[in-house]
Amino acid sequence: MRISVTINDKMVHLDVEFDEFLADALRKHGFFSIRKGCDTSCCGLCTVWVDGRPTLSCSVLAFRVDGKTITTIEGVQQEAEQFAQILAAEGAEQCGFCSPGFIMTVLAMKKELTQPTEEQIIHYLTGNLCRCTGYMGQLRAVKMYLGGTA
Amino acid sequence: MFTIKELAQPDTLTEAYNLLIAKKNNAVLGGCAFLRMGSYPIATAVDLTKLNLSFIREADDYIEIGAMTTFREIEVSPILQQYANGVLPKAVSHVLGVQFRSVVTVGASVYAKYGFSDLITALLALNAEIELVQGGRMRLAEFLEKPLTKDILSRIWIRKLECRASYQTLRMSASDYPLLNAAVTQTGSHWLVAVGARPRKAAIAQQLSAALSASKIDLEQLDFFANIASEELSFGTNARGTAQYRRAMCKVLIKRAIKEVLMCESV
Repeated sequence: MRISVTINDKMVHLDVEFDEFLADALRKHGFFSIRKGCDTSCCGLCTVWVDGRPTLSCSVLAFRVDGKTITTIEGVQQEAEQFAQILAAEGAEQCGFCSPGFIMTVLAMKKELTQPTEEQIIHYLTGNLCRCTGYMGQLRAVKMYLGGTA
Repeated sequence: MFTIKELAQPDTLTEAYNLLIAKKNNAVLGGCAFLRMGSYPIATAVDLTKLNLSFIREADDYIEIGAMTTFREIEVSPILQQYANGVLPKAVSHVLGVQFRSVVTVGASVYAKYGFSDLITALLALNAEIELVQGGRMRLAEFLEKPLTKDILSRIWIRKLECRASYQTLRMSASDYPLLNAAVTQTGSHWLVAVGARPRKAAIAQQLSAALSASKIDLEQLDFFANIASEELSFGTNARGTAQYRRAMCKVLIKRAIKEVLMCESV
Protein backbone atom coordinates (compact mmCIF):
# COMPACT_ATOMS: atom_id res chain seq x y z
CA MET A 1 0.00 0.00 0.00
CA ARG A 2 1.07 3.57 -0.54
CA ILE A 3 1.53 5.86 2.45
CA SER A 4 2.32 9.55 2.63
CA VAL A 5 4.60 10.70 5.42
CA THR A 6 6.58 13.79 6.19
CA ILE A 7 10.16 12.72 6.77
CA ASN A 8 12.47 15.45 8.03
CA ASP A 9 10.13 18.19 6.77
CA LYS A 10 9.76 16.62 3.35
CA MET A 11 6.58 14.91 2.12
CA VAL A 12 7.40 11.41 0.89
CA HIS A 13 5.24 8.67 -0.61
CA LEU A 14 6.31 5.15 0.29
CA ASP A 15 5.10 1.82 -1.02
CA VAL A 16 5.06 -0.53 1.94
CA GLU A 17 3.93 -4.08 2.65
CA PHE A 18 1.24 -4.62 5.29
CA ASP A 19 3.75 -6.46 7.49
CA GLU A 20 6.70 -4.14 6.85
CA PHE A 21 8.09 -2.25 9.81
CA LEU A 22 9.00 1.42 9.72
CA ALA A 23 12.72 0.76 10.27
CA ASP A 24 12.87 -1.38 7.12
CA ALA A 25 10.80 1.06 5.09
CA LEU A 26 13.05 3.96 6.10
CA ARG A 27 16.24 2.03 5.37
CA LYS A 28 14.87 1.07 1.95
CA HIS A 29 14.38 4.78 1.39
CA GLY A 30 18.02 5.52 2.21
CA PHE A 31 17.90 6.40 5.90
CA PHE A 32 20.77 4.17 6.93
CA SER A 33 21.20 5.93 10.27
CA ILE A 34 18.43 3.65 11.47
CA ARG A 35 20.02 0.50 12.86
CA LYS A 36 18.49 -2.75 13.94
CA GLY A 37 20.24 -4.29 16.89
CA CYS A 38 18.09 -6.69 18.84
CA ASP A 39 14.89 -8.03 17.20
CA THR A 40 13.24 -7.94 20.64
CA SER A 41 12.39 -4.22 20.86
CA CYS A 42 14.85 -3.60 23.67
CA CYS A 43 18.00 -1.91 22.28
CA GLY A 44 16.71 1.51 21.12
CA LEU A 45 19.05 1.63 18.10
CA CYS A 46 16.19 2.22 15.69
CA THR A 47 14.72 5.20 17.59
CA VAL A 48 13.10 7.87 15.43
CA TRP A 49 10.50 10.47 16.35
CA VAL A 50 6.93 9.88 15.24
CA ASP A 51 5.01 13.13 15.61
CA GLY A 52 7.82 14.31 17.87
CA ARG A 53 7.81 11.29 20.20
CA PRO A 54 10.73 8.86 20.41
CA THR A 55 9.50 5.57 19.00
CA LEU A 56 11.02 2.20 18.10
CA SER A 57 10.82 2.14 14.32
CA CYS A 58 11.52 -1.61 14.39
CA SER A 59 8.21 -2.20 16.16
CA VAL A 60 5.84 0.15 14.35
CA LEU A 61 4.17 -1.16 11.24
CA ALA A 62 4.95 1.24 8.40
CA PHE A 63 1.33 1.65 7.27
CA ARG A 64 0.50 3.06 10.71
CA VAL A 65 2.61 6.19 10.15
CA ASP A 66 0.53 7.23 7.14
CA GLY A 67 -0.07 10.97 7.48
CA LYS A 68 2.39 11.36 10.34
CA THR A 69 5.65 13.23 10.75
CA ILE A 70 8.87 11.25 11.06
CA THR A 71 12.14 12.72 12.23
CA THR A 72 15.39 10.81 11.85
CA ILE A 73 18.81 11.97 12.94
CA GLU A 74 19.33 13.46 9.46
CA GLY A 75 16.53 15.90 10.30
CA VAL A 76 18.18 17.22 13.45
CA GLN A 77 21.73 17.27 12.16
CA GLN A 78 22.88 20.44 13.88
CA GLU A 79 21.74 19.47 17.38
CA ALA A 80 22.95 15.92 16.81
CA GLU A 81 26.44 17.10 15.88
CA GLN A 82 26.59 19.38 18.89
CA PHE A 83 25.74 16.53 21.26
CA ALA A 84 27.91 14.00 19.39
CA GLN A 85 30.96 16.20 19.95
CA ILE A 86 30.35 16.20 23.69
CA LEU A 87 29.75 12.46 23.56
CA ALA A 88 33.09 11.88 21.84
CA ALA A 89 34.92 14.27 24.18
CA GLU A 90 33.65 12.30 27.16
CA GLY A 91 34.87 9.00 25.69
CA ALA A 92 31.31 7.81 25.40
CA GLU A 93 31.50 6.71 21.80
CA GLN A 94 33.45 3.76 20.44
CA CYS A 95 31.90 1.80 17.60
CA GLY A 96 29.11 4.36 17.18
CA PHE A 97 26.52 1.77 16.18
CA CYS A 98 24.10 2.82 18.92
CA SER A 99 24.74 6.56 18.58
CA PRO A 100 21.93 7.63 16.19
CA GLY A 101 19.22 6.02 18.34
CA PHE A 102 20.82 7.24 21.55
CA ILE A 103 21.15 10.79 20.26
CA MET A 104 17.52 10.85 19.09
CA THR A 105 16.40 9.83 22.58
CA VAL A 106 18.60 12.43 24.29
CA LEU A 107 17.30 15.20 22.00
CA ALA A 108 13.72 14.09 22.71
CA MET A 109 14.44 14.15 26.43
CA LYS A 110 15.82 17.69 26.15
CA LYS A 111 12.56 18.81 24.56
CA GLU A 112 10.39 16.97 27.08
CA LEU A 113 12.06 17.38 30.47
CA THR A 114 13.14 20.60 32.09
CA GLN A 115 16.33 20.27 34.14
CA PRO A 116 16.00 16.53 34.68
CA THR A 117 17.65 14.92 37.68
CA GLU A 118 20.27 12.19 37.22
CA GLU A 119 17.62 9.64 38.12
CA GLN A 120 15.22 11.02 35.49
CA ILE A 121 17.97 11.00 32.85
CA ILE A 122 18.85 7.38 33.56
CA HIS A 123 15.19 6.38 33.55
CA TYR A 124 14.53 8.15 30.23
CA LEU A 125 17.53 6.48 28.60
CA THR A 126 16.85 2.96 29.91
CA GLY A 127 15.69 1.86 26.47
CA ASN A 128 19.03 2.62 24.78
CA LEU A 129 21.69 -0.03 25.10
CA CYS A 130 25.41 0.50 24.44
CA ARG A 131 27.72 -2.48 24.56
CA CYS A 132 31.04 -0.62 24.15
CA THR A 133 31.44 2.20 26.56
CA GLY A 134 29.43 1.56 29.66
CA TYR A 135 27.12 4.34 30.65
CA MET A 136 29.07 6.76 32.85
CA GLY A 137 30.60 8.61 29.90
CA GLN A 138 27.18 8.91 28.30
CA LEU A 139 25.72 10.25 31.53
CA ARG A 140 28.47 12.87 31.83
CA ALA A 141 27.91 13.91 28.22
CA VAL A 142 24.15 14.17 28.65
CA LYS A 143 24.52 16.29 31.78
CA MET A 144 26.94 18.61 30.01
CA TYR A 145 24.68 18.88 26.98
CA LEU A 146 21.72 19.75 29.15
CA GLY A 147 23.69 22.59 30.63
CA GLY A 148 24.86 21.19 33.91
CA THR A 149 28.26 19.95 34.88
CA ALA A 150 29.27 16.31 34.63
CA MET B 1 8.37 -12.49 12.07
CA PHE B 2 4.63 -12.59 11.55
CA THR B 3 3.18 -12.10 8.10
CA ILE B 4 0.04 -10.27 6.99
CA LYS B 5 -1.82 -11.26 3.85
CA GLU B 6 -4.65 -8.71 3.97
CA LEU B 7 -5.17 -5.56 6.02
CA ALA B 8 -8.53 -4.26 7.22
CA GLN B 9 -9.09 -0.92 8.90
CA PRO B 10 -12.71 -1.07 10.03
CA ASP B 11 -14.76 1.97 10.99
CA THR B 12 -16.75 0.32 13.77
CA LEU B 13 -16.01 -2.17 16.53
CA THR B 14 -18.76 -4.48 15.29
CA GLU B 15 -17.17 -4.55 11.85
CA ALA B 16 -13.80 -5.22 13.46
CA TYR B 17 -15.21 -8.11 15.49
CA ASN B 18 -16.90 -9.66 12.45
CA LEU B 19 -13.66 -9.47 10.52
CA LEU B 20 -11.77 -11.03 13.43
CA ILE B 21 -14.03 -14.07 13.73
CA ALA B 22 -14.43 -14.56 9.97
CA LYS B 23 -11.34 -16.76 9.79
CA LYS B 24 -9.29 -18.68 12.33
CA ASN B 25 -6.03 -16.93 11.55
CA ASN B 26 -7.38 -13.39 11.40
CA ALA B 27 -5.93 -11.28 14.19
CA VAL B 28 -6.24 -7.86 15.78
CA LEU B 29 -3.13 -5.69 15.70
CA GLY B 30 -2.29 -4.08 19.02
CA GLY B 31 1.08 -2.42 19.48
CA CYS B 32 2.69 -5.44 17.72
CA ALA B 33 5.81 -5.34 19.91
CA PHE B 34 5.17 -8.84 21.23
CA LEU B 35 3.47 -10.16 18.10
CA ARG B 36 6.58 -9.37 16.06
CA MET B 37 8.64 -11.83 18.07
CA GLY B 38 6.53 -14.72 16.80
CA SER B 39 6.00 -16.10 13.28
CA TYR B 40 2.21 -16.11 13.16
CA PRO B 41 0.81 -16.04 9.61
CA ILE B 42 -2.12 -13.60 9.74
CA ALA B 43 -4.72 -13.92 6.98
CA THR B 44 -6.47 -10.61 7.67
CA ALA B 45 -4.96 -8.21 10.16
CA VAL B 46 -7.59 -6.05 11.82
CA ASP B 47 -6.13 -2.64 12.58
CA LEU B 48 -8.08 -0.56 15.11
CA THR B 49 -6.39 2.79 14.54
CA LYS B 50 -9.45 4.32 12.82
CA LEU B 51 -11.71 3.58 15.80
CA ASN B 52 -10.47 6.43 18.01
CA LEU B 53 -9.59 4.09 20.86
CA SER B 54 -6.59 6.07 21.98
CA PHE B 55 -7.81 8.16 24.91
CA ILE B 56 -7.82 8.63 28.67
CA ARG B 57 -11.03 10.31 29.79
CA GLU B 58 -12.15 11.38 33.20
CA ALA B 59 -15.82 11.55 34.22
CA ASP B 60 -17.27 12.31 37.64
CA ASP B 61 -17.06 8.77 38.94
CA TYR B 62 -14.75 6.86 36.61
CA ILE B 63 -11.70 7.02 34.38
CA GLU B 64 -11.96 5.42 30.95
CA ILE B 65 -8.93 4.20 28.99
CA GLY B 66 -9.17 3.25 25.30
CA ALA B 67 -7.62 0.02 24.10
CA MET B 68 -5.19 1.70 21.69
CA THR B 69 -3.78 4.01 24.35
CA THR B 70 -0.04 3.48 24.65
CA PHE B 71 1.87 2.85 27.86
CA ARG B 72 3.63 6.17 27.36
CA GLU B 73 0.29 7.96 27.28
CA ILE B 74 -0.62 6.24 30.57
CA GLU B 75 2.73 7.26 32.04
CA VAL B 76 2.44 10.96 31.26
CA SER B 77 -1.31 11.34 31.73
CA PRO B 78 -2.03 14.05 34.37
CA ILE B 79 -5.36 12.31 35.10
CA LEU B 80 -3.67 9.04 35.97
CA GLN B 81 -0.70 10.65 37.69
CA GLN B 82 -3.11 12.28 40.09
CA TYR B 83 -5.27 9.24 40.75
CA ALA B 84 -4.42 6.61 43.37
CA ASN B 85 -0.92 7.95 43.97
CA GLY B 86 -0.14 7.54 40.28
CA VAL B 87 -0.10 3.76 40.57
CA LEU B 88 -0.75 3.11 36.86
CA PRO B 89 1.96 5.49 35.53
CA LYS B 90 4.36 4.00 38.10
CA ALA B 91 3.56 0.45 37.01
CA VAL B 92 4.11 1.05 33.28
CA SER B 93 7.14 3.31 33.75
CA HIS B 94 9.23 0.18 34.43
CA VAL B 95 8.51 -1.32 31.01
CA LEU B 96 11.71 -1.03 28.91
CA GLY B 97 12.33 2.49 27.54
CA VAL B 98 10.20 5.45 26.45
CA GLN B 99 10.45 4.39 22.79
CA PHE B 100 8.99 0.99 23.59
CA ARG B 101 6.25 2.44 25.77
CA SER B 102 5.27 4.69 22.85
CA VAL B 103 4.46 1.53 20.90
CA VAL B 104 2.78 -0.98 23.22
CA THR B 105 -0.94 -0.62 23.81
CA VAL B 106 -3.11 -1.14 26.85
CA GLY B 107 -5.70 -3.28 25.08
CA ALA B 108 -3.26 -5.81 23.67
CA SER B 109 -1.41 -6.19 26.98
CA VAL B 110 -4.56 -6.76 29.01
CA TYR B 111 -6.39 -8.89 26.46
CA ALA B 112 -3.38 -11.20 26.06
CA LYS B 113 -3.29 -11.74 29.85
CA TYR B 114 0.50 -11.70 29.80
CA GLY B 115 1.90 -13.19 32.98
CA PHE B 116 4.72 -10.66 33.00
CA SER B 117 2.39 -7.68 32.72
CA ASP B 118 3.00 -4.76 35.07
CA LEU B 119 -0.20 -3.06 33.98
CA ILE B 120 -2.57 -5.95 34.76
CA THR B 121 -1.34 -6.21 38.35
CA ALA B 122 -1.97 -2.50 38.99
CA LEU B 123 -5.37 -2.60 37.26
CA LEU B 124 -6.40 -5.63 39.33
CA ALA B 125 -5.62 -3.79 42.54
CA LEU B 126 -7.73 -0.87 41.28
CA ASN B 127 -10.60 -3.32 40.70
CA ALA B 128 -10.78 -2.23 37.06
CA GLU B 129 -13.40 -3.36 34.59
CA ILE B 130 -12.91 -4.12 30.93
CA GLU B 131 -15.26 -4.04 27.97
CA LEU B 132 -15.21 -6.65 25.22
CA VAL B 133 -17.11 -6.22 21.97
CA GLN B 134 -18.80 -9.61 22.27
CA GLY B 135 -18.27 -10.48 25.92
CA GLY B 136 -19.50 -7.14 27.28
CA ARG B 137 -18.37 -5.38 30.41
CA MET B 138 -16.93 -7.32 33.34
CA ARG B 139 -14.41 -7.05 36.14
CA LEU B 140 -10.83 -7.60 35.03
CA ALA B 141 -10.46 -10.28 37.71
CA GLU B 142 -13.36 -12.19 36.15
CA PHE B 143 -11.94 -11.78 32.63
CA LEU B 144 -8.56 -13.18 33.73
CA GLU B 145 -10.27 -16.33 35.01
CA LYS B 146 -12.12 -17.01 31.75
CA PRO B 147 -10.61 -19.02 28.89
CA LEU B 148 -9.32 -16.86 26.06
CA THR B 149 -11.86 -16.44 23.25
CA LYS B 150 -11.68 -14.39 20.07
CA ASP B 151 -12.90 -10.97 21.05
CA ILE B 152 -11.76 -7.35 21.06
CA LEU B 153 -11.07 -5.42 24.22
CA SER B 154 -12.27 -1.89 23.56
CA ARG B 155 -11.80 -0.02 26.84
CA ILE B 156 -10.95 -0.18 30.51
CA TRP B 157 -12.94 1.47 33.30
CA ILE B 158 -11.60 2.51 36.67
CA ARG B 159 -14.10 3.63 39.27
CA LYS B 160 -12.88 6.84 40.90
CA LEU B 161 -12.72 6.42 44.65
CA GLU B 162 -10.70 7.92 47.49
CA CYS B 163 -7.90 5.46 47.04
CA ARG B 164 -4.33 5.03 48.25
CA ALA B 165 -2.11 2.75 46.25
CA SER B 166 1.38 1.34 45.90
CA TYR B 167 3.10 -0.59 43.13
CA GLN B 168 6.21 -2.68 43.76
CA THR B 169 8.29 -4.66 41.30
CA LEU B 170 11.37 -6.84 41.37
CA ARG B 171 13.52 -7.06 38.24
CA MET B 172 16.90 -8.59 37.55
CA SER B 173 17.80 -5.44 35.62
CA ALA B 174 16.00 -2.17 34.99
CA SER B 175 14.71 -3.03 31.52
CA ASP B 176 13.99 -6.74 32.05
CA TYR B 177 10.60 -8.37 32.49
CA PRO B 178 9.49 -8.38 36.13
CA LEU B 179 10.50 -11.34 38.24
CA LEU B 180 7.59 -10.49 40.49
CA ASN B 181 5.29 -7.52 40.98
CA ALA B 182 2.62 -6.48 43.46
CA ALA B 183 0.05 -3.72 43.82
CA VAL B 184 -1.91 -2.79 46.92
CA THR B 185 -4.83 -0.37 47.21
CA GLN B 186 -6.80 0.88 50.19
CA THR B 187 -10.23 2.45 49.66
CA GLY B 188 -11.69 3.34 53.01
CA SER B 189 -11.48 0.14 55.01
CA HIS B 190 -11.34 -2.02 51.89
CA TRP B 191 -7.96 -3.36 50.82
CA LEU B 192 -7.11 -5.10 47.56
CA VAL B 193 -3.80 -6.87 46.94
CA ALA B 194 -2.69 -8.21 43.55
CA VAL B 195 0.47 -10.14 42.74
CA GLY B 196 1.74 -10.73 39.20
CA ALA B 197 4.64 -12.28 37.27
CA ARG B 198 4.42 -15.32 39.55
CA PRO B 199 5.27 -16.02 36.61
CA ARG B 200 1.64 -16.82 35.86
CA LYS B 201 -0.88 -14.08 35.20
CA ALA B 202 -1.63 -11.74 38.06
CA ALA B 203 -4.15 -12.70 40.72
CA ILE B 204 -5.81 -11.08 43.69
CA ALA B 205 -4.62 -12.31 47.08
CA GLN B 206 -8.16 -12.83 48.37
CA GLN B 207 -7.33 -13.97 51.89
CA LEU B 208 -4.86 -11.19 52.47
CA SER B 209 -7.23 -8.57 51.04
CA ALA B 210 -9.98 -9.81 53.40
CA ALA B 211 -7.63 -9.94 56.39
CA LEU B 212 -6.40 -6.39 55.81
CA SER B 213 -9.95 -5.13 55.32
CA ALA B 214 -11.05 -6.70 58.60
CA SER B 215 -8.16 -5.40 60.70
CA LYS B 216 -6.78 -2.24 62.10
CA ILE B 217 -3.27 -2.53 60.77
CA ASP B 218 -0.14 -1.43 62.48
CA LEU B 219 3.35 -1.63 61.08
CA GLU B 220 4.44 -4.40 63.45
CA GLN B 221 1.93 -6.81 61.91
CA LEU B 222 3.31 -6.54 58.39
CA ASP B 223 5.15 -9.88 58.54
CA PHE B 224 1.94 -11.61 59.53
CA PHE B 225 0.01 -10.09 56.61
CA ALA B 226 2.78 -10.65 54.08
CA ASN B 227 2.87 -14.34 55.00
CA ILE B 228 -0.81 -14.72 54.14
CA ALA B 229 -0.24 -13.71 50.50
CA SER B 230 2.84 -15.83 50.04
CA GLU B 231 0.97 -18.86 51.41
CA GLU B 232 -2.31 -18.44 49.53
CA LEU B 233 -0.89 -17.75 46.05
CA SER B 234 0.86 -20.25 43.82
CA PHE B 235 4.27 -19.45 42.34
CA GLY B 236 6.21 -21.03 39.51
CA THR B 237 9.76 -21.32 38.27
CA ASN B 238 11.20 -19.88 35.07
CA ALA B 239 14.54 -18.52 33.83
CA ARG B 240 14.24 -15.46 36.06
CA GLY B 241 13.64 -17.17 39.38
CA THR B 242 12.39 -20.20 41.25
CA ALA B 243 8.99 -20.58 42.87
CA GLN B 244 10.71 -20.62 46.28
CA TYR B 245 12.49 -17.32 45.56
CA ARG B 246 9.28 -15.72 44.30
CA ARG B 247 7.38 -16.86 47.39
CA ALA B 248 10.05 -15.33 49.64
CA MET B 249 10.21 -12.08 47.67
CA CYS B 250 6.42 -11.82 47.59
CA LYS B 251 6.51 -11.19 51.33
CA VAL B 252 9.02 -8.38 50.83
CA LEU B 253 7.06 -6.63 48.07
CA ILE B 254 3.77 -6.93 49.94
CA LYS B 255 5.30 -5.52 53.12
CA ARG B 256 6.76 -2.59 51.22
CA ALA B 257 3.48 -1.95 49.43
CA ILE B 258 1.31 -2.06 52.58
CA LYS B 259 3.77 0.18 54.38
CA GLU B 260 3.77 2.66 51.51
CA VAL B 261 -0.03 2.71 51.40
CA LEU B 262 -0.21 3.34 55.15
CA MET B 263 2.24 6.21 54.80
CA CYS B 264 0.80 7.89 51.72
CA GLU B 265 -2.03 10.33 51.40
CA SER B 266 -5.19 9.32 49.60
CA VAL B 267 -5.84 10.88 46.21
